[in-house]
Amino acid sequence: MGMTLVEKILARASGKTVVKPGDVVNPEVDLAMSHENAFLIKHHFGELFEGTGLEPKVWDPSKIVIIFDHRIPAESAKTATNQKLIREFVTAQGIEKFHDIRGDIGGICHQILPEYGYIRPGMVVVGTDSHTTTHGALGAFAFGIGATDTASVWMLGKALNIEVPETIKVVVTGKFKDYVGAKDLILYIIKLLTVEGANFKVLEFHGPAIQEMSMSGRLTICNMSVEAGATSGIIPADNETSHWPDEDAEYCQTIEIDVSDLDFQIACPHKVDNVKSISEVEGTKVHQIVLGSCTNGRYEDIRIAAEILRGQKVASNVRMLVFPASWKIYREAMGVGHFMTLAHAGAVIMNPGCGCCLGVHQGALGDGEVALSTTNRNFKGRMGNPNSEVYLCSPAVAAASAITGYVTRPEGEPR
Amino acid sequence: MSAIVVLLLGDDISTDTIYPGRFMATGLPSETPKYAFADDVALNKRLVDGEIPKGSIIVAGKNFGCGSSREQAASTLKGYELTIVAKAYARIFRRNAVNVGLNIIICPEIEAEDSDELMIQKDKVINITTRGLEFDIMPLSEIEQAIIDAGGLIPYTKKLFLESRGKQK
Repeated sequence: MGMTLVEKILARASGKTVVKPGDVVNPEVDLAMSHENAFLIKHHFGELFEGTGLEPKVWDPSKIVIIFDHRIPAESAKTATNQKLIREFVTAQGIEKFHDIRGDIGGICHQILPEYGYIRPGMVVVGTDSHTTTHGALGAFAFGIGATDTASVWMLGKALNIEVPETIKVVVTGKFKDYVGAKDLILYIIKLLTVEGANFKVLEFHGPAIQEMSMSGRLTICNMSVEAGATSGIIPADNETSHWPDEDAEYCQTIEIDVSDLDFQIACPHKVDNVKSISEVEGTKVHQIVLGSCTNGRYEDIRIAAEILRGQKVASNVRMLVFPASWKIYREAMGVGHFMTLAHAGAVIMNPGCGCCLGVHQGALGDGEVALSTTNRNFKGRMGNPNSEVYLCSPAVAAASAITGYVTRPEGEPR
Repeated sequence: MSAIVVLLLGDDISTDTIYPGRFMATGLPSETPKYAFADDVALNKRLVDGEIPKGSIIVAGKNFGCGSSREQAASTLKGYELTIVAKAYARIFRRNAVNVGLNIIICPEIEAEDSDELMIQKDKVINITTRGLEFDIMPLSEIEQAIIDAGGLIPYTKKLFLESRGKQK
């Protein structure tokens, strides 16, 4: 019996010829990523060495990446102190893949990993962040774990107690309509599967619409696979058949989607699977537009928004916040004038980072206010106020809606 | 053991509800309890003021703990020694709960109301208030149970590490 892509990766990383869903393995980890919560991992890592008589030392500093993104620049003394402790740890342990708060190498972890070539097809990647699923876009098996789990990886170089997941095959065909794209597709898939439909499973994406999709779009799709509960999303690497599933691989479910008639999709409050076609929510009043995050803060996303907003104005009584996913993207968008376009329209260009997505800082919502956001979650209180609402959409819908102040369908042809 | 249901929750309770993101700079298990369910001010106050006895039960639906990987969502509940009886758990939350020693019970058919008294046995939950309605427990995996029996992932990993070093010598 053949193996799916993730089964092949887990077999290789666990030193086995074959694994099947339900097996429990302890795969070698090729890359362990964390962000500000490294302060908590560091705490647990210290506990692991207590009473051993040994100095805490990570198993392989070249396989650890730490990136500040959740709270940058620090929003509080507590965060600043956590970041300081992490810097000291990074230096002491000789961790070189460290991305501090800087305009050259900084950014959101899920942008930095692909941008700096840290991900290769076939790798096992763990991250103390649920959106670590993003890196399946490059053919890696990448999944989120908690802080204690990560401390254990730092010590052993292995992820313990990994149940080989079943795989759902998603085959995507057809051509997207103008301005409809990856974000609409993944929101539609989450609607089909529900927020728990892929729990303990992997989504493996195939089909011509995926093959034709840019890496930017692929990252968006794998990023939000976790919102259907998936352990990870994964896309076989182009032109690398050794990183494809076996032809006779077994899937627990196959979903076929033709995107030719797919309309813009909006996830409505307060659940990511509460997804509707735009026609059902057009005209909903919005107060804050958010463009950015690990889901939709890439260059392509900013370019689309700039195209739509060129020569236009963000509606009065609406604020539009732009969070590029990295400083590399920031510099590119600045260089070609997209930021000039967006700022002239009235948008506020923020520093790359997670920004207001998780409700820490940089854009709280007032009581009764509504955000329309290209981010990935809309649970109650997500943006810091339980008395507010968050709708999720694509960059094109966010930009078109910024102009009117209402949920609005992008018109015209992309340039 | 038997205990009282102090909180009844539906499906898909997210980590944003259990431990809002803005408190994530607080992470040590000794510190996280103060922000449990922080957006529900009344509930948070009852917990912080000690009005909810240790060992009390939260009953929830499917996909409990969905969303973020933040371990704070498990450690904040562990801090009050709460027992969670849910129909199913989101993957990362379930791992975190086992790793920090939070008592999670998987009970796919559980039916209970607020203030019901539940008796939790090895393989079933008995709702004493509803005159003994019984609900099967789905056991944790062998390795999850081994981690819990070891006292959490820290002692479990430490033991593995020392054993592997012993072999190398």
